[in-house]
Amino acid sequence: MPNLEHPAYPAADLLHLESLVPCRESQVSMLLSIFGERQQFSFPSIFIYGHTSSGKTYVMQTLLTTLQLPHVFVNCVEYFTSRLLLEEILIQLQSSSSDTEQTCPVHCDTLNDFVRLFKQAVASRELQDQTLYIVLDRAEQLREMEANILPAFLRLQELTDTNVTVVLLSEIVWELFRPNAGCFEPFTMYFPDYSIGHLQKILSQNHPPEYSADFYSAYINILLGVFYMVCRDLKELRHLAALNFAKYCEPVVRGEANERDTRKLWKNIEPHLKKAMQTVYLREISSSQWELLQHDGGEPGQLKGLSAHTHVELPYYSKFLLIAAYLASYNPVRTDKRFFLKHHGKIRKTNFMKKHEKTSNHLLGPKPFPLDRLLAILYSIVDNRVAPTANIFSQITSLVTLQLLSMVGQNDQLDGPRYKCTVSLDFIRAIAR
Amino acid sequence: GCFVFKPSTKKRRLSEKTAHDFRSRSEDSEDTELRFVTCQSLWNQIKSETEQIQEDLNKQLLDNLVNFLSRSHSEFQEKTSEWTCRMKFREIPTAALVLGVNVTDHDLTFRGLSDVLQDNITPYIALLEAKDCPGIKNLMQKLMGQLMNCDIDVDSLEDEDCVQVSQNRIRCSMSSLISWYESVTKKTDSETPGKKRNSSSRHWQSPPVVVIFKDMESFTTKVLQDFIVISSQHIHELPLVLIFGIATSPMIIHRLLPHSVSSLLCIELFQSLSCKEHLSTIIDKLLLTSRFPFKLGEKVLQVLINIFLYHDFSVQNFIKGFQLCIVEHFYSQPLSVLCCQLVDVKKRVYSLSHDQCENIRRLPSFRRYVEKQESGKQIELLTNDSFLKEETEKLLEDLHVYHENYVSILRCLHVFISSLPKHPLGKQIRELHCACLESRVWETEEYESSLQLVRMLNKTDLVTMLQQCVEILMSSSGKEFDKTVEKFKEFLSQFQNLEEASQERDVSVSSQKELQKKTDLYHLQKTLLELKESRRTKKLTKFEMLRFEVVDYIDSLVRKYLVPADNRTLHEIVYFNAATVLRGHLNAAPRTALHTALNNPHWYLKNQALKCDGGGISNKAPDICIVYKLHLECGRLINLVDWLEAFSTVVMAAEEPNADPASSDQVDDIIHARFIRAVSELELLGFIKPSKQKTDHVARLTWGGC
Repeated sequence: MPNLEHPAYPAADLLHLESLVPCRESQVSMLLSIFGERQQFSFPSIFIYGHTSSGKTYVMQTLLTTLQLPHVFVNCVEYFTSRLLLEEILIQLQSSSSDTEQTCPVHCDTLNDFVRLFKQAVASRELQDQTLYIVLDRAEQLREMEANILPAFLRLQELTDTNVTVVLLSEIVWELFRPNAGCFEPFTMYFPDYSIGHLQKILSQNHPPEYSADFYSAYINILLGVFYMVCRDLKELRHLAALNFAKYCEPVVRGEANERDTRKLWKNIEPHLKKAMQTVYLREISSSQWELLQHDGGEPGQLKGLSAHTHVELPYYSKFLLIAAYLASYNPVRTDKRFFLKHHGKIRKTNFMKKHEKTSNHLLGPKPFPLDRLLAILYSIVDNRVAPTANIFSQITSLVTLQLLSMVGQNDQLDGPRYKCTVSLDFIRAIAR
Repeated sequence: GCFVFKPSTKKRRLSEKTAHDFRSRSEDSEDTELRFVTCQSLWNQIKSETEQIQEDLNKQLLDNLVNFLSRSHSEFQEKTSEWTCRMKFREIPTAALVLGVNVTDHDLTFRGLSDVLQDNITPYIALLEAKDCPGIKNLMQKLMGQLMNCDIDVDSLEDEDCVQVSQNRIRCSMSSLISWYESVTKKTDSETPGKKRNSSSRHWQSPPVVVIFKDMESFTTKVLQDFIVISSQHIHELPLVLIFGIATSPMIIHRLLPHSVSSLLCIELFQSLSCKEHLSTIIDKLLLTSRFPFKLGEKVLQVLINIFLYHDFSVQNFIKGFQLCIVEHFYSQPLSVLCCQLVDVKKRVYSLSHDQCENIRRLPSFRRYVEKQESGKQIELLTNDSFLKEETEKLLEDLHVYHENYVSILRCLHVFISSLPKHPLGKQIRELHCACLESRVWETEEYESSLQLVRMLNKTDLVTMLQQCVEILMSSSGKEFDKTVEKFKEFLSQFQNLEEASQERDVSVSSQKELQKKTDLYHLQKTLLELKESRRTKKLTKFEMLRFEVVDYIDSLVRKYLVPADNRTLHEIVYFNAATVLRGHLNAAPRTALHTALNNPHWYLKNQALKCDGGGISNKAPDICIVYKLHLECGRLINLVDWLEAFSTVVMAAEEPNADPASSDQVDDIIHARFIRAVSELELLGFIKPSKQKTDHVARLTWGGC
């Protein structure tokens, strides 16, 4: 394992940093060498990507704070317009510079303003001799803002003529960012996923004070054995570990087993974890309910998950409308005559099914159909006469608002509206009963 | 409606003007003023009653929710630093509130909910609707606007430091929300204890901020995702609680949110009462009671229930319909002035005018009643007003007593009927009620088969049912039931006594045991035959005798008390029966109406000249009607030139029937213009649209073309 070394920073800080970012030493040392010394100009923009919870945000944040580098950290999801984003950067710059509470409200509508105000802010902070880092988390959001935002951030060093480095953090690769018009290519860097060993190491690091590290690490081992197949999200795993640890400790607390009795403990916890995988992990039941269950020692069977409540009660005609919509979505138009007319002509069995229709319609998904067809099918599947009253029409609209149907291409009011049925066969079966 | 989001046009403007309308439109009869007042007071009573009912029904749900909310941020309150709390991911507490598809009713629930929360948990509540939040920006704006305003409302008394911030000046970001929250909570902290003790003791120091998504289904995935991601990052600073109003099923959460987002939530499920149960309670409390003098006739009730079951599941709409019935009844029936509480009846009857007396005499049910009297009394009734009034009062009292008895006996019958297999008379009491109103229930087949089934009930069931009946009758206000209760109690004691006399059954059991011993085929056959014989002629056991007696007694009660209301004299005064009027109001058919108007303008315009017979096209009809009728004869694509030709022929036929056909080759400019206007009107109504296939053709959008 490479020890972090850099002449510009004190060794104690680096050691501390290393303990904080396990399994990411190589990336950190790479970053450090790019950053160089405090006053040195660094690369104008750095693009870091990697899968969810591969430590991008965490590493950047710890790196910048432990080494006390001047930085601004902004999440692009939270500041969803360019104006908010730019203003937030300026506000953070100002608030870190001046001790006084009162900061004058910043107004920054365009990038031009931003460059000007940014220069002022940097000048007032007397930061010319240090590199300022602007970290933009969830940078994929930048693509949805104005077209000039992303290229400008990539060349911010050049535009403002100050010592600044922009770091973009994202979960997707750089190729998906590159604008059509071309731009400055940032230095890209990949954070690989944590391996199972890494996860084990990181999760075991924070053991509860009452229990030994070995005991906890054995627990993490079991936990990963169950969950690693479905979940590699560090945050989620840590959450699950905390939720189920009390159960793991139960035999020890009761005095039935000691901390070394791994086999017994495994037997106790394994079915429990499997159950957790089916319920809590999928958010079928909430973590607090899960904890409550554990506490009472009840069976999770009594608590029905979200998916258990699939039944939807619908008014009589809505049911028929939905069924009619389903039929209209999945049956080809040609068969309507055969299915819904009393005296349809004989149909020759040969070449009735065209070749491409042999594949199940359910695999192809619902097709749009006009309103008139829906009503025609409705009239033929309901036994008694249905008057086309306002109530029927409003029910169609209601079904659309309930997302059971969806409207397709609603640009022309006079054109007959077209719908799609969005519910599954199981749902239709349930209401048709 | 779930379903229908009708603008509330039907809402009565309770003003002088309405009273005036009431009067002027029905000049022929008096008492309009009184009728209006009666109607209003009755409706107010019913309204407060329904509100009470709804509050009671929602209580359980609201209590659960309040409980959840107060639990949700207890960690935030205590600021625990335990290991588990540190390690655990902080999820946003979320209540998934499944309310059923009757969206129109949700508003009331949400209003109740926010009131309760305001009283118990937190002043910071924001109600969001999908239509206001197409993007995350609008959502934040709406959210902050509501939260900050509500704060201003609370502190309106001491508004020196409350800066009125305008909407667009606020930076709509989470950080400004957080700083607002901090300032608000700090303010309540630092407040002098004497000043606002009241409110600060009601809420805790840092009350949660509740965000209610009224219609979860309609929100776009992106908005919800972004909002949840943002707020989960600030959950440590801002104790947020989400409430999702769900109309369909909680599965929608998984459909709308990917796992990475839903894992940020800590979702608990709450289910409201089903709307059908809600309706049952409403019917039970509003219709099956003698508290309100106004009653619904069978057909009307059926219409209202059908709209509920077939179309919208909306209890609010049901109540609205009920309100419409009341208004319509008091408006159209002059004698409805007598539809009041029993105490007022006497006074009102004696103040009736001669015209009103004549109205009474004209009532069909009263005529039937008169015909049954002897001739001397007949003359008195038809000529002497004061005698008539006396008689009327008596009859109305009878009617009232009938209602009281009817309801009690109906409930008793329902006790017996409701648990039968296959429910021949319906499971719900409303179905039984309809059946009884419709005709003599004891003459129907379903009643017969139900009694058959009751005759087969076992003892324990029968005893519990009898006990229930006794309870119902004891609690009813009718005076006639003392004897009935006595009778039921007697039955019960007889059943009790039966226990001792149960030895008889052992005999038959022993004979069956004998049967098992015998192995010879011949003997077996013989004994089986014997057994069969004996069973056929077997005397009924005491229990069976008693059961028959009970059933017969119930039957007699039904025949006596559950007479359909149509047979009662003067039922027109309290029963509203104009089902067609109601249907016309509540179940509008726009397509049909449009077709009628265009096809048969006489129907609406009432102009004799327009009256036409058969399928002919009258040239006096408005242009649009002519064009419409002509277009009905065409296929999917209509040639405009042909159409114009036909149109001009029809129109010209009117103006100069014997004109020279050669001269009409060239179409008159005016007719051309009229034609174009009529066609564009049809286009506006959505019957046709320009076609791209052929430039001089239009396409039909309605049925008929093929």
